[in-house]
Amino acid sequence: MEVGRKMANMLGTDHDLNFKETELCLGLPGGIAVVAAGNETESSSSPKTNGKRGFSETVDLKLNLQSKESTMDLNKNLDDNGSKEKSGSAKDPAKPPAKAQVVGWPPVRSYRKNIMANQKNSSEESGNSGAALVKVSMDGAPYLRKVDLKMYKSYQELSDALAKMFSSFTMGNYGPQGMIDFMNESKLMDLLNSSDYVPSYEDKDGDWMLVGDVPWQ
Amino acid sequence: MQKKTAYSFPDEILEHVFSFIQSDKDRNAASVVCKSWYEIERWCRRKVFVGNCYAVSPTMVIRRFPDIRSIELKGKPHFADFNLVPDGWGGYVLPWISKMAGAYPWLEEIRLKRMVVTDESLELVAKSFTNLQVLVLFSCEGFSTDGLAAIAAGCKNLRELDLRDSEVDDLSGHWLNHFPDTYTSLVSLNISCLGSDDVSFSALERLVGRCPNLRRLLLNREVPLDKIANLLSRAPQLIEFGTGTYAAELRSDVYSNLVEAFCNCKELKSLSGFWDAVPAYLPVIYSVCSRLTSLNLSYAPIQNPDLTKLVSQCPSLQRMLVLDYIEDSGLEVLASSCKDLQELRVFPSDPFGEEPNVSLTEKGLVAVSSGCPKLQSVLYFCRQMSNAALVTIAQNCPNFTRFRLCLLDPKIADYRTLQPLDVGFGAIVEHCKDLRRLSLSGLLTDCVFEYIGMHAKKLEMLSVAFAGESDLALHHVLSGCESLRKLEIMNCPFGDKALLANAAKLETMRSLWMSSCSVSLGACKMLGQKMPRLNIEVMDEKGPPDSRAESDPVDKLYIYRSVAGPRFDMPPFVWTMDEDFASELS
Repeated sequence: MEVGRKMANMLGTDHDLNFKETELCLGLPGGIAVVAAGNETESSSSPKTNGKRGFSETVDLKLNLQSKESTMDLNKNLDDNGSKEKSGSAKDPAKPPAKAQVVGWPPVRSYRKNIMANQKNSSEESGNSGAALVKVSMDGAPYLRKVDLKMYKSYQELSDALAKMFSSFTMGNYGPQGMIDFMNESKLMDLLNSSDYVPSYEDKDGDWMLVGDVPWQ
Repeated sequence: MQKKTAYSFPDEILEHVFSFIQSDKDRNAASVVCKSWYEIERWCRRKVFVGNCYAVSPTMVIRRFPDIRSIELKGKPHFADFNLVPDGWGGYVLPWISKMAGAYPWLEEIRLKRMVVTDESLELVAKSFTNLQVLVLFSCEGFSTDGLAAIAAGCKNLRELDLRDSEVDDLSGHWLNHFPDTYTSLVSLNISCLGSDDVSFSALERLVGRCPNLRRLLLNREVPLDKIANLLSRAPQLIEFGTGTYAAELRSDVYSNLVEAFCNCKELKSLSGFWDAVPAYLPVIYSVCSRLTSLNLSYAPIQNPDLTKLVSQCPSLQRMLVLDYIEDSGLEVLASSCKDLQELRVFPSDPFGEEPNVSLTEKGLVAVSSGCPKLQSVLYFCRQMSNAALVTIAQNCPNFTRFRLCLLDPKIADYRTLQPLDVGFGAIVEHCKDLRRLSLSGLLTDCVFEYIGMHAKKLEMLSVAFAGESDLALHHVLSGCESLRKLEIMNCPFGDKALLANAAKLETMRSLWMSSCSVSLGACKMLGQKMPRLNIEVMDEKGPPDSRAESDPVDKLYIYRSVAGPRFDMPPFVWTMDEDFASELS
C-alpha cells in the first residue's frame, strides 16, 4: 500500500491560485494537512458554476472516509470549463513528480472531461460540466476517482457509488454493506468501532464532520 | 438583342451549365474566366461558405451574391473548443443575420459553427426567413430555449434543427410546444446538448408522432430510458437515433419494449447517446447492430467485456466513437470484425488522471490500422506511443486523410527507445499522401517539421503543441506545406523569424493561431504594418500591449486574412496590430 498521496491542486485559469498540497498518511486521520481554499464560493452546499468559462474554484470541503487503517479523502472541486487540475507530487520518492496541467491539454472538450465521474443523469447545464465534482482518494488505491455530487440525491446514493467505485481496492471485511448503514446511528457506532470505512469530511472551517449531519441539499 | 460571337452562349445556357457546378472551388474558377462569366455566376450562386466570419463582411457577400439560399459561417478559432479563447472574443452572428434579413428573404439554410448566437438573432431569423429549412448551430453559444421557441413558432418549413455541441441556456423545455400542431415537416432534430430537466417530453412525443419524415433524432441526456420505446414506436422510419440516458433499473417490461421498438426500426443505421449506459440494457440494440454503420459510445461508461461484445456484433461499422474503455483487446476485436471501418475516435475516460486507468496503448491503433483497410480518419487519445508503431500504422494506412494523435502527456518520448517521435510522424506524412489534417503530440524536435514540410503537400490543417525546438520548425511548415489553410500552435518555442520570413504565406491561409509561443510584440506590429490584408490580433488578458516591451512575447496571437479590414467588435483584451496601432504607439 502506498504511504501517501497528495491531493490535487486547482490552478485558476488566469490567476495563480496557489494551494497547499495535502498529504494523506496511513492511520492518521487527524494528521491530514489542510487544502487552502482558493476562491470563496457562494455556498458550499449548492455549488453553482459561474458562467461558461469562469475560473476554477476550490471549496475546502474534504470528505474523509475513516477507518483505523487508512483514510479516504474527498476534495471538493468546482469544475467548470476553465478548470484544470494539478496533481501534486507525493513526498514518497517512488512517485515521479506530477506535471502541471495546462489549459488546452489534453485537447478534450469540457463535456467529455467528466465522463468517468458521471454515473447518473443529473447534469444541469447542457454539455457543460455543471457537475460538482469531488475527487475521491483512498489510500492505497492506485488512482483517484471522481464523483459528481450532483448525481446523487442522498448520502445513501453517494455511499453506494463510492462503495462500487472502491470495492476493488479494499480487502477483507469491507463490502458494500459496510458503507450503507452509516445513516443508522447504532450501526454507525459499530462501524466506528470496527475497521469498516466511515465517511467523514473536513469542511471549510477545518473541522472534521461526520457525513450525514447536514441535509443533503 | 445582344451581339454574340461564335464562341459565346446565351446567359441562360451558361446559367444552366453553372447550376451543375456545386463546389465552391469550381464556381470560383468559373467566375474568373471573364467578366460576363463572373456576372452570370454571381447571380446564380446559391450557396456560400465563409470559413472565417471576419474574413469578409456581410455587406460584401450580399453585394457580390444577390441571391443566396444557403450560408455557412464559422466564427471562433478551433482552439476555442479547449478553452483557449476567452469569453467575449467575438464571432457574433447578429450582424450577419441583420444584413441578410433584408437581402435574402428566401434564405433556406443557415449553418453556423463556433459563433455567438443570441436569442435576438434567432428571433430575427424566425421573422425574416420564412422559408428557412435548415438551421445548424454547431458549437455555438449565447442563446436560450426562448430563441429556440421563436424558431419553432416561426419557421414553418423547417426540416432540420441541429444544435450539436452548443451551449444553450435551458430556461424551459416548453419551447418544443411552440411547434404548431400543423407543423409536420421535421426531418432531423438534434437536441443532444440540452440539459434541462424539463424537456417537455409530451411535446416531444407529439412532435415525433406527427412528423412522418423524421429520419434523424438525437435526444438529450434527460430523456429517460423507459420513454425511448414509446418514442421509437412513433418513428420506426428513423435512420439515425441518439438515446438519452441509457441507465435504468432492469425491468423486464422496459427491456422487452425496447427490444421490440429497436427491432421495428428497420432503417436504423446510426446510434449515439448512451449516456451513463449500463451493460444490462445493451442487448436491446442487438437486432440493429448488424446494420449499424455509425456507433457513438463516447459517452458510455461501459467497459469490457460488455463493450467488446457489443462491438463484435457490428460488422458494418464505418464510423466508431468510443472511450478508451475499449482497450487494446477491444480494438483488436474491432479490427477483426469491422472491415468497413473508415473513422475511429477513441476518447480518454480519465484525461487528467496521472496513472493509466485502462489498458489502451499504441497496440490497439496498430491492430485497427492492420485490420481495417478502409481506415481514413483517426482521433486517438492514449498514453504511450512508439516510432515503430507509427511507422507500421503509416504503412498499413496510406489512405489516411485525417490523423490526430493525442498523447496525454504531451511531451512523452517513444516509450521503447526514448527517442522523439519524429520518425513516426514522418512516416505518416510520407506514406499518407492524401493527408489533409494532422495533429501531433509527444516529444518532437525540429526534424518532424522538416518531414512535414517535405511531404505533407496536401495538408490543410495542422495542430501542434509542445513541439519543436526553434523557428526552423515553423519555417519548414510555412514554406513547405503548399495546401496549408489552418495552423494552430500552442506552447512551442517559435518566434519571430519564421513568421516574418513567411509573411506572404499567411495570406494564402485562412488563419494562424499561436498561443504561449515566443512571438514578440514587435514582430506582430511589423506584420500588422506590412500586411494590410492580414488581421493581426493579439490577445492578452494581462493588459494592453503598449504597456510592455517590444521584445516581450505575446500571450495569444491570431492572424487571419481578411478583405474586410480590422474588426471593431473586439473585447478589451484583443488588439489589432494594424498601421494605426503601430504608428500611434511607436
